[in-house]
Amino acid sequence: MSVYYLFQDAGKCIGCHSCEVACKSNKGLPVGPRLCQVITVGPKMVGDLPRAAYTFMPCFHCENPWCVAACPTGAMQKREKDGIVFVEESLCVGCKSCMSACPWGAPQWSAEARKVVKCDYCKDRVDDGLKPACATVCTSHCLHFGKPEEIPPVRRERYAKAMAIFE
Amino acid sequence: MKKDVYSLCFMCSVRCPIKVTTENGQVRWIEGSPHVPGIEGSLCPRGAAGIALLNDSERLQTPLLRTGSRGSGSWREASWDEALDFVADKLKAIIAEHGAYSVLLGERTNLSTHVSKTFMRAIQSPNHFTHDALCKGSVNTACRSLFGHTDAQIGTDLKNSKHIILYGRNLFEAIEVKAVNALLEAMEKGAKVTYIDPRVSVTATKADRYWMIRPGADLALNYALIHVILKERLYDAAFVDRWVLGLARLEDFVRPYTPEWAEAETGIPAEEMVALVREVSRDKPAVIFHMGYRGASYTNEIYLRRSILMLNTLMGSIEAQGGLFFKKGPGEVGRKAARKLTEQDLPKPAMPRFDKVGTAEFPLPDANHGVAQMLPHAILNEDPYPIKAFIANRFDPLMSIPDSNLTRQALDKLELIVSIDINFSDIAWYADVVLPESIYLERTDCVQQADGLKPQMFLRSQAVAPRYDTKPASIILKRIAERMGIGKYFPFETMEELVEWQLEGTGFTVEDFAAKGFVSYTNQQIFWERKEGLKFKTPSGKIEFVSSLLEGAGFASFPPYEPLPRPAEENFRLTVGRCAIHTHVSTQNNPYLKEITPENVLWINSTRAAQLGISNGMRVEVTSPRGAGFIRAFVTDYIHPDAVFMLHGFGHDARMATRCFHQGLSDSVLAANISDRIGGSPALHDTFVSVKAA
Repeated sequence: MSVYYLFQDAGKCIGCHSCEVACKSNKGLPVGPRLCQVITVGPKMVGDLPRAAYTFMPCFHCENPWCVAACPTGAMQKREKDGIVFVEESLCVGCKSCMSACPWGAPQWSAEARKVVKCDYCKDRVDDGLKPACATVCTSHCLHFGKPEEIPPVRRERYAKAMAIFE
Repeated sequence: MKKDVYSLCFMCSVRCPIKVTTENGQVRWIEGSPHVPGIEGSLCPRGAAGIALLNDSERLQTPLLRTGSRGSGSWREASWDEALDFVADKLKAIIAEHGAYSVLLGERTNLSTHVSKTFMRAIQSPNHFTHDALCKGSVNTACRSLFGHTDAQIGTDLKNSKHIILYGRNLFEAIEVKAVNALLEAMEKGAKVTYIDPRVSVTATKADRYWMIRPGADLALNYALIHVILKERLYDAAFVDRWVLGLARLEDFVRPYTPEWAEAETGIPAEEMVALVREVSRDKPAVIFHMGYRGASYTNEIYLRRSILMLNTLMGSIEAQGGLFFKKGPGEVGRKAARKLTEQDLPKPAMPRFDKVGTAEFPLPDANHGVAQMLPHAILNEDPYPIKAFIANRFDPLMSIPDSNLTRQALDKLELIVSIDINFSDIAWYADVVLPESIYLERTDCVQQADGLKPQMFLRSQAVAPRYDTKPASIILKRIAERMGIGKYFPFETMEELVEWQLEGTGFTVEDFAAKGFVSYTNQQIFWERKEGLKFKTPSGKIEFVSSLLEGAGFASFPPYEPLPRPAEENFRLTVGRCAIHTHVSTQNNPYLKEITPENVLWINSTRAAQLGISNGMRVEVTSPRGAGFIRAFVTDYIHPDAVFMLHGFGHDARMATRCFHQGLSDSVLAANISDRIGGSPALHDTFVSVKAA
């Protein structure tokens, strides 16, 4: 896996899709491909309250990426230094093998370029010491990007607060 | 060479501070200002779609003169000189024949509103209005009736609140970035959220308590909540004794309005109402009954908004941490605000306003904004006088004022329609002359006086040169004014000069904004002292439950509750609202935003839909007494059976805005143009519709 961790604090996500728009805007993508996407499931009743899940779906940047294995031209690559999986556009022939291979639908189709485009954690921004577009612009700061050890322990803290017993 | 420019977003009216990164004259990146707490990089989806607007080839690109009939889409391109000469000559002729008051200018309230007002004052017309009444006229009037301050002068300290009660105030979808983060921070610290809405919005899915109230019954709910608070003495007695005028009258008034009575009106169990106020009162004064942003649902809107503000008052949450506060201006620290052009010695208009605001017929709405939805009535009935010309500045009466068919009939009577806009809005499509405005990334704008706990000023600074042959609205109006012989009231050549003129006397210069995009008058939060120091602008200096404003104009402070009519068996109450992706009627053609939310759908309760043979995704026809149209049904358990709901802003008629043309249905086609005649808001949820499979 990549050396990074993109953690969605789903409890704080409001499903606004700002991450998707920032991603597309940063990469100048046409209508169609969505390199990350928030999928809303629900609402449904949980107890007596309506609840919905807002799930952030980027690329997971796998340890043994099936998309890389499936790519016949070497366009789909895993970056040596940090494990980011990305498409080298000049090598992509648009065969869509990676799209078939990925179990999570991460590689996307650009009808304009007739090639695959994919979340690369905005590696240019990361190389400049910045966070990916999605995590920078996220309305509610629910997306955290960094080394795993740098991600704040929000779930633990929230759980502890909810369960705290004062003896 | 990369360059960062600090500026203000204008994808909606909130004006979040942004950092714009440019390179070789192109905008490469926009993020929320890292220097502003609660923003720190964040943008909402509309803000994130700013570059898509900048580069949109379907934007208005050059002045246009109409060549075919209105709305036919036949145009020819014109130079600025030709278009401005045309507008000025027409206006001069109309003023000479019919008087200056026959000219109207309506706009979405914006940073250069003082320029538009100056233009209208200079031509001696009283008829400047903003869109404000359509959104919150009655909230404004309710605030003035109780505190003497307008709603714009009142803020909410969400971050420090312990319980926030939201009446359809859908904070997680009608996004203001700072408010979203303030509420999330409060929730993280343990604050409770009670959300009341006939429909399950995103905010409902995050709330600690959700009540699917019968649409139109919020006022009954509030009278019952007040009943319990007074009966059980749950209020902040010290605060109320010191500051409230008319508690005894309120107590008498709410006596019959028991929770059991309200249960029948609202559908909410009586014991839950009692439980809520007991819970909330334990956290007082750090509680917020949110007064709402849009408050334009019912003909009795002002009394609903007053009841919400009275609940806050009873909890003592006025000028309290975690409650409501009054926004402080630079005067609080002995400093000066930015100057406005309206401070010049301008002619006083001799005639009453077109909407009759300020006359005995419509005494209470705020004359600073007027009442936009009176436009069709005034034109069609020549009441109070004939109207001949209308300048629409980033405001679309065809989609914003209820009853589009009526509005269109009225527009047909006009001799001149001028549209200043950035997109082919429906009014631009229907205009005689289109004057294209530069978008927020392409222009410097007037200073934003940001009053609050810490008074500040923000500046929108030009990031890149205009992509097309466009100008800022302030410059457009100045150029028309010069042609009409009133150029002396516009003492600037560029926006930068206007900003310098505004800043004279404030102790700040344009350079002071370069580092962060804003300046602060003080670093300390200013709260007035609650025992003796509260500065209400009511005649009594108190919070007037018994309102001199209302009663002086012949209206009751506490009119007996009258239930709103329920829809007949086959009908529904039409309700409307917002989503995170779009701003009112103005973003539907943005390629990135359209990709996510391309059309609106009609939320309809599953049980009712089944009775009507309507299934999810089916195309249905919606009919009201005022109009009809087609839309896809969204069949769900998560809306009250009495209501249907649709997003506002869809169903555009302008063919050249190709992406949003005829996508979805405009609620303004269906809604009747009726108003809260006291507060000034339209009653957007007081129209009944029928729905059938198409």
